[in-house]
Amino acid sequence: MKKDKIKEAFAGLVGADITPDNAHRGVSAINAPRELFSQCAGAFKDAGFRLVAEWALDETPLGRGFAVCAAYAHKKEYIVVKSSLPIDDAVFPTLTGKYVAAFRFERQIHSLFGITAFGHPDLRPWIKHEDWPAGAFPLRKNFNASAKMERVKGEYRWIRAEGEGVFEIAVGPVHAGIIEPGHFRFQSVGEDIINLETRFGYVHKGIEKRFEELSFEGGVKLAGRVSGDTTVAHSLAYCRAIETASGSVVPRRAHWLRAVFLELERIANHLGDIGAICNDTAFTFMHYQMAILREKILKTNYKLFGHRLTMDVVTLGGVRVDITDGGVNALLVLLDEMLKEFERLVKIYEDNPSLEDRVYSTGILAPDIAAELGVVGFVGRASGQAGDARIDCPFTPYDEFIVKAPLLRSGDVHARAWVRIEEVRESVRLIRELIGTLPSGLFQAKCLTPLEGVAGFSVVEGWRGEIIYWVQAGRDGVINRCMVRDPSSVNWLSIEQAIKGNIVPDFPLCNKSFNQSYSGHDL
Amino acid sequence: MLKIFRQILRTGVVTEELPLVDESKVTLTGARLNEEVMKRFANSLTIRFVDAGSCNACELELNAVNNPIYDAERFGIHFTASPRFADMLLVTGPVSRNMEVALKRTYDAIPHPKLVVAMGVCGFNGGVFGESYASLGSVGNVIPVNAYIHGCPPSPADILNGILRVIGRK
Repeated sequence: MKKDKIKEAFAGLVGADITPDNAHRGVSAINAPRELFSQCAGAFKDAGFRLVAEWALDETPLGRGFAVCAAYAHKKEYIVVKSSLPIDDAVFPTLTGKYVAAFRFERQIHSLFGITAFGHPDLRPWIKHEDWPAGAFPLRKNFNASAKMERVKGEYRWIRAEGEGVFEIAVGPVHAGIIEPGHFRFQSVGEDIINLETRFGYVHKGIEKRFEELSFEGGVKLAGRVSGDTTVAHSLAYCRAIETASGSVVPRRAHWLRAVFLELERIANHLGDIGAICNDTAFTFMHYQMAILREKILKTNYKLFGHRLTMDVVTLGGVRVDITDGGVNALLVLLDEMLKEFERLVKIYEDNPSLEDRVYSTGILAPDIAAELGVVGFVGRASGQAGDARIDCPFTPYDEFIVKAPLLRSGDVHARAWVRIEEVRESVRLIRELIGTLPSGLFQAKCLTPLEGVAGFSVVEGWRGEIIYWVQAGRDGVINRCMVRDPSSVNWLSIEQAIKGNIVPDFPLCNKSFNQSYSGHDL
Repeated sequence: MLKIFRQILRTGVVTEELPLVDESKVTLTGARLNEEVMKRFANSLTIRFVDAGSCNACELELNAVNNPIYDAERFGIHFTASPRFADMLLVTGPVSRNMEVALKRTYDAIPHPKLVVAMGVCGFNGGVFGESYASLGSVGNVIPVNAYIHGCPPSPADILNGILRVIGRK
């Protein structure tokens, strides 16, 4: 693969003390001294790259110290920059001056690792709530993860607004509906929102730490529960990282079936969300109609694959369930019926002025802000960001198909709903193609164990967008570090921007149109 | 508007009869409520739901309980936003450390007599997340629980059957 953009970025770093990192699989990687960590970010920013993720790791079991990594991407080119840090001086230069997305990543590194981004303007804890002991850094190897943490007194410094008529509305963590917990704090004047500050971490279950206690195989089940609505995409991204790290070959039939599961998951979630968006405008008719279609998919999932949400169907080296000829027919009939009904409902969606009133020009995420934040997935595609891993860096079998992703620029609630409507159609088309070209043969092969110190990198386009896994093998077949980056980790930033100037009663509608994961973010 | 009416007529009634209860899907614990209370809960049940650390799979299936296929309202089951109106607290997830306080406060805000039902394998024993610095495991470790509904996640039918069983209607 030609790496022109990466070369271009490096042109600005001539003479710098940078070496290739050969312990990475599935991605280009370099080692840079920490003094150059931020300079590298500048070079990639200038070359048009976005910041994909930033994370730290404790390599003491491998006989080294701490390290910090940043991943950048420009279309199909991904690159990881790694800098080693001494344990007694765990500091690195912040990337916040270059990338907005670095704000949350570095707060998280600071909170969970005790590694400080020097120059970061806002080092309030993230995920780590104020009642945690200050010295608790769970992702360090010397932290006892099984012990209960005491609760200390502490206070979170909220961003405040002052002035005549300014007041504050606090929402959550327990919400009114059947959704996940998080806290939203609005500063508003009358009904107009002047600022929204989100605060999460409520569903932090210690997932990244838990991975380190599991075998490679045991991790599959956990990855499938990082975000239960994205179980196929997460387990697939995890498996791909391990398979890449170990150089294992997955049978072609398994690749095809994985893609079928992935697209079914996309359809089921989009159907639910399109309905839920309408429900938040009090158009309950559409909510119930979409729920019926969604239910049809889940019932077929159960009948054909043994689980309504297709949990645990993807496994290391392949998939757990095959599809029979009868299953193929049942799936095709389902898609035909579903699509027919769906198109009728889309017409009703288009013809409804009261719905139009609520979804057009509400919660606008402008394309320039979306680009600055590096948002991904359907949120990005509704705001002019064309990225889709199935097209940009296609993994098998997508490299053998032409995937069309919709692109809108208006960035409002309607755009986010419409992108999903188009994606449902495209996923139906893809599944038909996948089924029509399903290779025969095995659906599972043996997956090897990655060698000590090797890190596997994977990118999968889940229904919310690009999911990244970076899994580093430790000694004796254990996971030294599993970095999970759900699309929500970057996309949550964008809702704070999109909501400004909207009215408080439109927040549930806006939030539903983003529908980001709390569990996938809090980990 | 006509299109909507036509679609409603075309759809008809899609609600399905609830399958027979599978007893292994529910574990009843602790003291059963006395008969008087059972009678009061029996025909109308208001539920306050709390996600105490779930992965969101249980929420998807719980939302499905309200769809036209399972139609929880036909059994008088209704989800409320306020704990003050609730008869039952329905909890998902292993209880995360960061949700412990919010869960206890919600429990305290529900008037007596109240029922607590935990759903999903995580609510039962912490599931794949276990017990750690961040996860307190079973809901029973944090508040008294009357029943557990099993599954990862439990299906909408299992959830409905479980709830009905707890209030003595199955």
